[in-house]
Amino acid sequence: MEFNGPSQDAILTDPKVIGKSTRRIDGPLKTTGTAPYAYERHDVVPNQAYGYVLGAGIAKGRITAMNLEDARKAPGVIAIVAATEHEPVGSSDFNHAPLFGGRKIAHYHQAIACVVAETFEEARAAAAMIRTSYEPEDGTYDLAKVAPSAELEKGGWGDARSDRGDFEATFGAAAEKLDQHYTTPDESHAMMEPMATIAAWDGDRLTVWTSNQMINWGKESLASILSIPEDKIRVDSPYIGGGFGGKLFVRADAVMAALAAKAAKRPVKVMLQRPLIFNNTTHRPATIQRVRIGTDKQGRIQAIAHECWSGNITGQDGENATAQTNHMYAGDDRMTASYVTQLDLPEGNAMRAPGEAPGHMGLEVAIDEMAEKLGMDPIEFRILNEPKTMPAHPDRKFSERHLVRCLREGGERFGWSKRQAKPASVSDGRWLVGMGVSAGFRGAPTTKSAARVALDGNGGAKVTTDMTDIGTGSYTIIAQTAAECLGLPLEKVSVVLGDSAFPVSSGSGGQWGAASSTAGVYAACIELHRSIAQKLGIDPQTIRFEDGRVIGAGKTVPLSDLGQLAATGEIDFGDYKKGYDIGTYAGHFCEVGVDRYTGEIRIRRMLAVCDAGRILNPLSARSQVIGAMTMAAGATLMEELAVDKRFGYFVNHDLASYEVPVHADIPHQEVVFLDTPDPYSTPLQAKGVGELGICGPTAAIANAVYNATGIRVREYPITLDKMIDQLPQV
Amino acid sequence: MRSFTYQRAESASQAAAAVAATPGAKFIAGGTNLLDLMKLEIETPTHLVDVQDTGLDRIEDTPEGGLRIGTLVSNTALSADQRVRRDYAVLTRAIQAGASGQLRNKATTGGNLLQRTRCPYFYDPNMPCNKRKPGDGCAAMKGYSRQLGVIGTSESCIATYPGDMAVALRLLDAVVETVKGDGTARSIPIADFHRLWGDHPERETALEPGEMITHVVLPKPLGGKHVYHKVRDRASYAFALVSVAAVIQPDGTGRVAFGGMAPKPWRVEEAEALLPQGASAVVKRAFANAKPRSDNRFKLALAERTLAGILAEARS
Ligand SMILES: Cc1cc2nc3c(=O)[nH]c(=O)nc-3n(C[C@H](O)[C@H](O)[C@H](O)COP(=O)(O)OP(=O)(O)OC[C@H]3O[C@@H](n4cnc5c(N)ncnc54)[C@H](O)[C@@H]3O)c2cc1C
Ligand code: SF4
Repeated sequence: MEFNGPSQDAILTDPKVIGKSTRRIDGPLKTTGTAPYAYERHDVVPNQAYGYVLGAGIAKGRITAMNLEDARKAPGVIAIVAATEHEPVGSSDFNHAPLFGGRKIAHYHQAIACVVAETFEEARAAAAMIRTSYEPEDGTYDLAKVAPSAELEKGGWGDARSDRGDFEATFGAAAEKLDQHYTTPDESHAMMEPMATIAAWDGDRLTVWTSNQMINWGKESLASILSIPEDKIRVDSPYIGGGFGGKLFVRADAVMAALAAKAAKRPVKVMLQRPLIFNNTTHRPATIQRVRIGTDKQGRIQAIAHECWSGNITGQDGENATAQTNHMYAGDDRMTASYVTQLDLPEGNAMRAPGEAPGHMGLEVAIDEMAEKLGMDPIEFRILNEPKTMPAHPDRKFSERHLVRCLREGGERFGWSKRQAKPASVSDGRWLVGMGVSAGFRGAPTTKSAARVALDGNGGAKVTTDMTDIGTGSYTIIAQTAAECLGLPLEKVSVVLGDSAFPVSSGSGGQWGAASSTAGVYAACIELHRSIAQKLGIDPQTIRFEDGRVIGAGKTVPLSDLGQLAATGEIDFGDYKKGYDIGTYAGHFCEVGVDRYTGEIRIRRMLAVCDAGRILNPLSARSQVIGAMTMAAGATLMEELAVDKRFGYFVNHDLASYEVPVHADIPHQEVVFLDTPDPYSTPLQAKGVGELGICGPTAAIANAVYNATGIRVREYPITLDKMIDQLPQV
Repeated sequence: MRSFTYQRAESASQAAAAVAATPGAKFIAGGTNLLDLMKLEIETPTHLVDVQDTGLDRIEDTPEGGLRIGTLVSNTALSADQRVRRDYAVLTRAIQAGASGQLRNKATTGGNLLQRTRCPYFYDPNMPCNKRKPGDGCAAMKGYSRQLGVIGTSESCIATYPGDMAVALRLLDAVVETVKGDGTARSIPIADFHRLWGDHPERETALEPGEMITHVVLPKPLGGKHVYHKVRDRASYAFALVSVAAVIQPDGTGRVAFGGMAPKPWRVEEAEALLPQGASAVVKRAFANAKPRSDNRFKLALAERTLAGILAEARS
């Protein structure tokens, strides 16, 4: 069905299941350790052997020789797929760096071999016996050095450049001006479950049990990479231990498992060992950002520009940190531009809120700096510059936008009025204490999504779709949707996900999954309504579903009497969206303490007030937002892939040296959802929240650090070594 | 990980004899450091002698009024011992600032003293490292060295000893007791236990091949205020950028040792004599010959400020 908005389904007038805080229906499997994650699927196919992937020891060049003799003779070894003996695999629209590229090395830890053995330990030991010699080539690894030669981005997620009016002239003439640079580092997804796949061939048919966010993309790209027809491939990924964008695309685990299974003539399981995650897979590219803001004397923004420089192995698409700037603040004369340069570091690609997450780290600090210049409260400065329509495209209306409410209500809840505008004026023992605020914006994309809904003949229903649950709670909101549409209690609905044999869904990514996949399930339910109506001779317009019964035309029929009726439906979104700017919005608040002696920064409390459409399940939505706020704390205060500019790789490639927040870093988080359904978004009036939560808390923390200390660090992460020279004398 | 043979020893002397007699053999205690290094083939022992049945898991009072800690006493047990908490609080605090609860349950006293550096290049077998492979060169020297040493390092290696417990032990003037392969015992003052490695970064301690730690002895308590301040980017579960262990007496004298700065816990007795003059005097003297790099120079200011905080709190 095509959705053309605005939605007005009657089930939304008094929903019984949707919108209620609901515990995950897959929770017991997770808490008992029985949810089958990719590497532990011992039962799907017998006789599984272990594959171990060997990563390249140089960043760029060629393999001149690989000595495989010792490895071949090592105990338990069944087969070796090695770069010197195997053709490079193909590529796909979704992969840029080669996943297995023969002798040519494009980045550090590129897969160069997979050793298959009877046990994991044997495979690992044999892999270490392979002696590889290289002919290294010089590479380019220093973003700051090559940024000046960067060109406008090609083929990224957002607008490479947008212009309205004459920015330069208006900025030049503005009464008050800010012109600042900010940098963000390369970051790793560092998800809990590393990439993992079990691959098995049955003749020319390949099955991969894997951990992947986008089943259909995975199937398409495997077909392209391995040069086999799509219909010969099955991808199955029912449980995923986190992805954050790192599992949007198939990676070397899947490709090497498939090649290794062919070579070994046996099913092979491969998990990328933790040290490979950082350089073998994708990461969020570093950015250099420049923000310029010009206002009149009263603080009205007249000119605003946001430019970003990043690099990637492709030299084409990078991290477009300007993405939010077209949506956020008024100003008639404006410009954004994203420039990308070629680097020989591993592939940069999507990570939770690509572009917008680092973009807020520039823009929302610049807004704080500008407010201070103007002597204005940063909340009032933002509200003064709240636009009436989309600022970069004034012809686009906002569908629903309550950013001002987010900031106002957040300010009240957080006790913003107690903030001292003058930095470094509050202390608590040895701690300098400060508060910071940021606005948050993240688009609310939706995309085509299908599902099948089947009555089981016993009064229950089963939903199948290739949608994934990456820990977000998809199982539960899909069950809630079907239960609502069919008038069933939640426990009567079962959900099976992640199998490419099922109807193609939106998948999980870009914050589009919850809104799109539930819309797809809704579409399937509407189809089912139609066939039930037809079967019972009821007008589809008047048919109702309540308490496990169908009601209409004077009849009341239990669903269990209808046999095993099933329907497949697909939601598609019409062109109407082009006329609207559909986004999600937040007010983010943070209080930090900074140790006046050591400069250690510790978060004291955080608040997010979110405007994100109908919240399908407040419990799991809250989990998404607090998880994102935690990731934002990491991005602001500690996460950084350290680039070795001589050897061309990320040095800190394990979880002891790539620090992400631990519990002790995150003392108190509060999340508030405004009740703001958006009829222009989906039939259920829903949007995503998983990425909104990381858009802004970063800047709120940074602004709080400034408020606490009077020290403005514009190079993330904000660590004590960057402040120590400016801390108060002790 | 290379394959290896394995045996469990029933006494310290048996363990020491077994390791001394077998080329390439090593002791294994909790395994929390050694096994990680073996998985990356940074350590490649051919034979492991497990010491967990040697019975050295008690903390005894000594006639001198101190404590004698068996090498198998876990970090958790040592830091929780009532006598340690009361009389050597700096040791409890240092241990609890390290690793995680799970690791401390497994980590032993001897194993903790012998944990190896956390230099990121040491952990990547593709990179040149003199400590891993003498004569190979040092990737960190012109690379990413924010965590690494500022003093006591050498032209061949700028890594640090990363542990926390040893910093407190150095402050307390502990003594390490060992038994050698031939059955002879000796006592090594903690000050001499970790070496300044010079041209031999692979030789990190005074132990001879096959020499086993049996006990760590604490002299009688010092009194005073016990502080361990470990500074790091996240609040827990991270190695120190800088740590400061101190015992401050009511008259303003005391002791101070630094972690995260050098190949060994860094304590300079002449410097600590300057404690009554304040942090700046102490740090200037203790780090007079420091050779920081541009990305770890901050450690010197940080050490001074951390100590200043400790002194301010001790006075209040
Ligand atoms: C993720 C992580 C974080 C950590 N964070 C910290 C931290 O913040 N601070 C900190 O201080 N430590 C930290 N550690 C290190 C941890 O404390 C050590 O791994 C642990 O103390 C080692 O003790 P073990 O008994 O497991 O030693 P093992 O791993 O068994 O042995 C270590 C070494 O000691 C030798 N050995 C063991 N016992 C004896 C003996 N009796 N005589 C002679 N040789 C012996 C072994 O041969 C081996 O070379 C961390 C470790 C990990 C894995
Ligand atoms: S500093 Fe030491 S441990 Fe690190 S690479 Fe150099 S030699 Fe190896």
